[in-house]
Amino acid sequence: MNGNPTLEQVTVGAGLALRAAGQWTVHHAPDLEKIVEATEKRNGGKANIVIDVSQVSSLDTFGAWLIERLRRSLTHGDVEPKVAGLSENYASLVNEVRQVKPGLIHKRQRKTLLGMLDGVGRSVVEVGGTFVGLIGMLGAILHALGRTVLRPTSFRFTSMVHHLEQVCWRAVPIVLLITFLIGCIIAQQGIFHFRKFGADVFVVDMLGVLVLRELGVLLVAIMVAGRSGSAYTAELGSMRMREEVDALRTMGFDPTEVLILPRVCALIIAMPILAFLGAMAALYGGGLVAWGYGGVQPEAFLARLKEAISVDHFIVGMVKAPVMALVIGVVACVEGAAVKGSAESLGQHTTASVVKSIFFVIVMDGLFAIFFATINM
Amino acid sequence: MPAYSDDAIIRVRDLTVGFGDNLILNHLDLDVKRGEILGFVGASGAGKSVLTRTIIGLMPKLSGTIEVFGVDMGKASEDERRAVERRWGVLFQHGALFSSLNVRQNIQFPVREFMDVSERLLDEIAIAKLAMVGLKPEVADRFPSELSGGMIKRVALARALALDPEIVFLDEPTSGLDPISAGDFDQLVMTLQRTLGLTVFMVTHDLDSLKTACNRIAVLGDRKVLLVGTMDDMLASQHPWLRAYFHGKRARAVVA
Repeated sequence: MNGNPTLEQVTVGAGLALRAAGQWTVHHAPDLEKIVEATEKRNGGKANIVIDVSQVSSLDTFGAWLIERLRRSLTHGDVEPKVAGLSENYASLVNEVRQVKPGLIHKRQRKTLLGMLDGVGRSVVEVGGTFVGLIGMLGAILHALGRTVLRPTSFRFTSMVHHLEQVCWRAVPIVLLITFLIGCIIAQQGIFHFRKFGADVFVVDMLGVLVLRELGVLLVAIMVAGRSGSAYTAELGSMRMREEVDALRTMGFDPTEVLILPRVCALIIAMPILAFLGAMAALYGGGLVAWGYGGVQPEAFLARLKEAISVDHFIVGMVKAPVMALVIGVVACVEGAAVKGSAESLGQHTTASVVKSIFFVIVMDGLFAIFFATINM
Repeated sequence: MPAYSDDAIIRVRDLTVGFGDNLILNHLDLDVKRGEILGFVGASGAGKSVLTRTIIGLMPKLSGTIEVFGVDMGKASEDERRAVERRWGVLFQHGALFSSLNVRQNIQFPVREFMDVSERLLDEIAIAKLAMVGLKPEVADRFPSELSGGMIKRVALARALALDPEIVFLDEPTSGLDPISAGDFDQLVMTLQRTLGLTVFMVTHDLDSLKTACNRIAVLGDRKVLLVGTMDDMLASQHPWLRAYFHGKRARAVVA
């Protein structure tokens, strides 16, 4: 059987016969379309056209549609070309595509300058919406917390312990490893530059203050946002997609109380613990580098550390931890609750959760710095 | 109903599938003939989905052969398998539409990947396919999460039919549809079988579908095919499970 489709043009008396032959199927779609378009151009406006399809060896929806398209474009007024030679099987297919209404195919939107400005405007409005959403979620959490305080038995203790294991216990190795390495790097850089002034030993001051006040808690917060915040968003988001949240609601449970409160509480407990462990690991790493690379003996390191830092530095770091945990938890839950039906939306909101919580953690850290400077701590 | 030719388009021989010691299908034989609608029934958990998934290559088999269009899928090269896969369409039980693509893009996806077709023709074909499964063109720009259950099944069928396949596998196509929509769906499958010359492999529990749409019925039980035949053969069988299934309370109203 000859495969390639053809459309032969034969003048018959006063009329015109278009003889289709070969395989009018999806495999030949590009050729077919060219043939059909050429024929359309050549024969526009002619009357008495017969499209003869008796020689077509196989026909599928693509072929049937192109015959239909040809018929439509050669139609003017009430005069439309006849389609002849249809076998019974193909007739029902051609009739099927005849029902297709033309003109309802939307044009894809092109990107225009106006469209871009429109996008920018929408994003700005969305930023406002984000703040409202965060405050709303904070309110919902406090509301749920208030009710739980009045009825302590309703608190989901098991759930919280489960999440505590996920976000705290299982996070310990990676937090220790990363903060240890950061401590090493800070000490190495410090020694390298301080050595020029013969002030090697002051690296201990820098390390102690930096790690306890700022870096320890900030690094851990960023890790927690990336590790646990994203997990919260993805969990809550997929639960929303599968109507699990709706199921809870219909059973008379408050999703905030059941899903969000235990998660946020677990995070608030976990963050100070992780921040403390992280700070210790960083100091340990810094101490090792100071000893090996800078020649600062451990006794000297500890003595210097005692002089350089006070309990205030430690408190400043630790006070920030639960607040940052709350910020991460709230952002993660807001994003999780905003997930719509698609996998793409889940991905977008998980990314947004991490990006926004890291942003807010840094903003909070700045606000804390101003606050503590004002009260001379 | 048109007479269907007798050659087997899918030939399953001696198929064994299982996980570890737990055999789900044991030395199973099954033929699907060209142009027929084969209804496939069996108790929940009997392995209907496992058989379907094994035939379409989503699950590994322990032994046996599966021939589709005369190609032994176990021995076929990667290219041969791809070529066969383009000639079938699969409707998953829950639709399995791509959630980040809209309806039009879902239907166009297989065509766009495999064929070199102009954008204009792609759009027109998407609308034509939607019309074939009884949906309006307005649906084309919606996303799967904005569709009702029945619409998801129809769009999924339109996507399964996108490349004008010769076989379609339908996994419980009418589950979760109201009786009227389910009846429409049966009619739709029959119309498409007639117009496109499809072979349909349909896993279903819907006795109405079995009665109205299916040319033959295959029953899965005891890890193999218990019986293949027409509705009358099913009703005449003395096998206890078949009697319970086709003569049970729910069946009487339909097959009586």
